[in-house]
Amino acid sequence: MEFLSYLISGISLGSVYAIIALGYTMVYGIAKMLNFAHGDVIMVGGYISFCAISYLNLPGWLSLLLAVLVCTVLGVVIEGLAYKPLRQATSLAVLITAIGVSYFLQNSALLIWGAAPKVYPPLISGTLKLFDGQLSISYVSLLTMAACIVIMVVLTTFTSKSKMGKAMRACSEDKGAAQLMGINVNRTISLTFAIGSGLAAIAGVLLCSSYPTLMPTTGSMPGIKAFTAAVFGGIGSIPGAFLGGILLGIIEALAKAYLSTQLSNSIVFAVLIVVLLVRPAGLLGKYVPEKV
Amino acid sequence: MLKVNDINVYYGSIHAIKGVSFEVHQGEVVTLIGANGAGKSTTLQTISGLLRSKTGSIEFLGENLGGVAPHKIVAKGLAHVPEGRRVFLQMTVEENLEMGAFTRPNSEIDSGIENVYERFPRLKERRKQIAGTLSGGEQQMLAMGRALMSSPKLLMLDEPSMGLAPLLVEQIFDIIRELHKAGTTILLVEQNAQMALSVADRGYVLETGKIVATGTGADLLNDDAVKKAYLGG
Repeated sequence: MEFLSYLISGISLGSVYAIIALGYTMVYGIAKMLNFAHGDVIMVGGYISFCAISYLNLPGWLSLLLAVLVCTVLGVVIEGLAYKPLRQATSLAVLITAIGVSYFLQNSALLIWGAAPKVYPPLISGTLKLFDGQLSISYVSLLTMAACIVIMVVLTTFTSKSKMGKAMRACSEDKGAAQLMGINVNRTISLTFAIGSGLAAIAGVLLCSSYPTLMPTTGSMPGIKAFTAAVFGGIGSIPGAFLGGILLGIIEALAKAYLSTQLSNSIVFAVLIVVLLVRPAGLLGKYVPEKV
Repeated sequence: MLKVNDINVYYGSIHAIKGVSFEVHQGEVVTLIGANGAGKSTTLQTISGLLRSKTGSIEFLGENLGGVAPHKIVAKGLAHVPEGRRVFLQMTVEENLEMGAFTRPNSEIDSGIENVYERFPRLKERRKQIAGTLSGGEQQMLAMGRALMSSPKLLMLDEPSMGLAPLLVEQIFDIIRELHKAGTTILLVEQNAQMALSVADRGYVLETGKIVATGTGADLLNDDAVKKAYLGG
């Protein structure tokens, strides 16, 4: 029963990683860049929701909506101002810019909200008790897992069925050819950033509901872990991000419970290294044989 | 229909296209022939907006294409089958065709796909297959079918015979003849000068970024200089 409760908390944590990783992986798949500012968008989402609840007295769900809205716009603005002018630049220039944007967001948050941690009021409280109270699962965990599954299903359907989603896959494979089809590549990239950042806001609110300490650096570690999850699952692959996130969460939770709290992060990254040694493209990373 | 007037294209400091001008009229098959690196593909990429010319103009159906984004040029009726086919290898045959119709209203997609399947029955057999698993010839058919999905007024083909077995080359050129007969205007870029000139109404010979000869397909086939340089004597 103890194991089960650790497992569930791992899946719940992994669900947050998965939602963040989806943003990483989609942006990477289409813009071919690692958006290291992605983690900080999570933090912004958390703060927006916090302010909406604490200062404007809005209900939790409305604060979530507001956070998604603000982060979606933020993502599109970041892409347009910082990354779009670098479309022809080397990937190193884009990478450094992304790190710059990350620091910019963290320091802006420091300026606006201060360094002192804020205590985030959880979106929903209470726990579900099963087996005569032997197993308790918080409603936040349940909500997180449900949100992750819904997002996963919606995104998969979107990219496999809708015209815009297919255009995204086309852009991800060959931007030049996509343009020759009449697809507006710039708009597709913006849309990807919008979706990724909106997801980051959801992840931010869910993360703060489970771990209520909100600081300007709150997004960093989950951001890096989610990036790891995306690579773990195979960067560029949507199911890969999902699987990578969940597995990473489970490994982390079990390592914390049974091995060592201090070493849990090291264990997570050690597993990543081993997986990449065996499968360099990640668990579900695609290797497509190319015919010429 | 298409009027290219004195274009100059650079790759950084390399002057790839040096003052090229030519025309394509309604219903014609016009070919640009020339050796590797003569600037044939660069010319097509400039017409479809992927590259920009520093000077001159490109007019399509009386409209200047200067500064128009590539995705908007497609919507005007100019389809480009790029060199090396560049089909979306991770998408199915049918999805590739759908992408070709990106600029068309959704209601026309199904009938467009049926038309393409009629012309390329092989694609219908493979409709659910991932394009990466098709043979080179099938990929070329898919690339052409995908371009036809946009119901183009002018179809630009870049090296459709590249890397194909002679029998398949024959087949691809038969399709070009059929499309021509059906009234499609075609701008064909080829290294296989013999084949290209035999289907073309007119041709231009491109050499290191300049047009050095022009004439009807038959004239160029019999031109001594062209014979020597491109037709193996």
